[in-house]
Amino acid sequence: MSLSRAKARKRQRMYIIGAVLLAVAGAAALILTAFEDSVVFFFSPTEIVEKSPIDPDQRLRIGGLVVEGSVAKLEDGKTIAFVVTDMAQSVPIAYSGILPDLFREGQGVVAEGHMNGNGTFVASEVLAKHDENYMPPEVAESLKKSGHWEEIEQKNAEQMRN
Amino acid sequence: MHRFAKPSVFLKLTDPLLPWLAGATAILIATGLYFALFASPLDYQQGDTVRIMYLHVPAAWMGLFCYVGMAICGAMSLIWKHPLADICARATAPIGATFTALCLITGSLWGEPMWGTWWVWDARLTSMLILLFLYLGYIALVNAFDDPERGSKAGSALALVGAINVPIVKFSVDWWNTLHQPASIVRMDGPSVDPSMQLPLALMILGFTCYYFVLLILRVRLELNERRIRALQLSGMFDERSDQEAEKANSYDAGHNAEASQ
Repeated sequence: MSLSRAKARKRQRMYIIGAVLLAVAGAAALILTAFEDSVVFFFSPTEIVEKSPIDPDQRLRIGGLVVEGSVAKLEDGKTIAFVVTDMAQSVPIAYSGILPDLFREGQGVVAEGHMNGNGTFVASEVLAKHDENYMPPEVAESLKKSGHWEEIEQKNAEQMRN
Repeated sequence: MHRFAKPSVFLKLTDPLLPWLAGATAILIATGLYFALFASPLDYQQGDTVRIMYLHVPAAWMGLFCYVGMAICGAMSLIWKHPLADICARATAPIGATFTALCLITGSLWGEPMWGTWWVWDARLTSMLILLFLYLGYIALVNAFDDPERGSKAGSALALVGAINVPIVKFSVDWWNTLHQPASIVRMDGPSVDPSMQLPLALMILGFTCYYFVLLILRVRLELNERRIRALQLSGMFDERSDQEAEKANSYDAGHNAEASQ
């Protein structure tokens, strides 16, 4: 008699714990979906274009791949201009400051700043985004030779969009 | 399963295991470090900085692994009232907290030269920091009560609720865009780490996992011995100690699993 009652109590505790966990997981899922815009670290060029015109006072981050051949130094000698893309939309960025070592064309970057009136993103900080691929230089070289490198860049650009 | 929850059975099973685990830990970490620091190639754009990964990824894995273990032990201690499960959870918390801190520190050291910043508040970094706070909260909570049983109840509840954070840490890089790169090892299309870099990584992950079990066994043993000393002191058995094995086992098990073994 007492044996089955002890068993029933354990089962009851198990159900309560399961129910509480489900409820907490549901609450967490709701909260995280509701605040999605603040959980994401940056917006893609596509999202920026969709949201524009953006208030110049609003600080935000934009992430994308630096377009090949787009990096240029402006006449004032300290501002660097480049374009970031997610392969769907592109946004020009102007930045004067120190660039991270990993900054290069074809590389993912995240810039923090604001949009000015004529559609250029004025960055106050630029961070490099590393992708999930780790390989020795020889492997990178052979990937570039065999033409698979573009696939990786394409994928990286698409990841910026989600 | 309840059979294994007896302290004397735990000691009998883990005693012969311990030297093997300790040996495996030493060999795995030594060879892992050799490969990680000397015999593995440079990364095409990170150069030598890639070697931080061989500490960072295993530490992150252990941070999550220990937390899952702690939450399961917490559930077992809440449902079946196994004192051994509670001891295991308490023993795991500081180990997991240390691995999580190691993961955050090595990540920060990698982030400065690669990203250009020590820290950002993106979903992966923030959820990992919350994991560390969950560990610290658990440690503080289980020790906050005069009655250890109330402490373990509150701690187990916290550990279980906090387990929601584990999938958030793992999938944060897929659900939201983050500065942290997406998963490189456990992902749909296989690892995106070059095979020459996978060996040191695998050795270090296995080594860290064995190291955790060595620490766990030592810490649980210590706690069991402390409890035994306390019980012996209370019963005044210290002066007329008997060496018989049966009695030794009895004193370990006394009061344990009173409910679970019904």
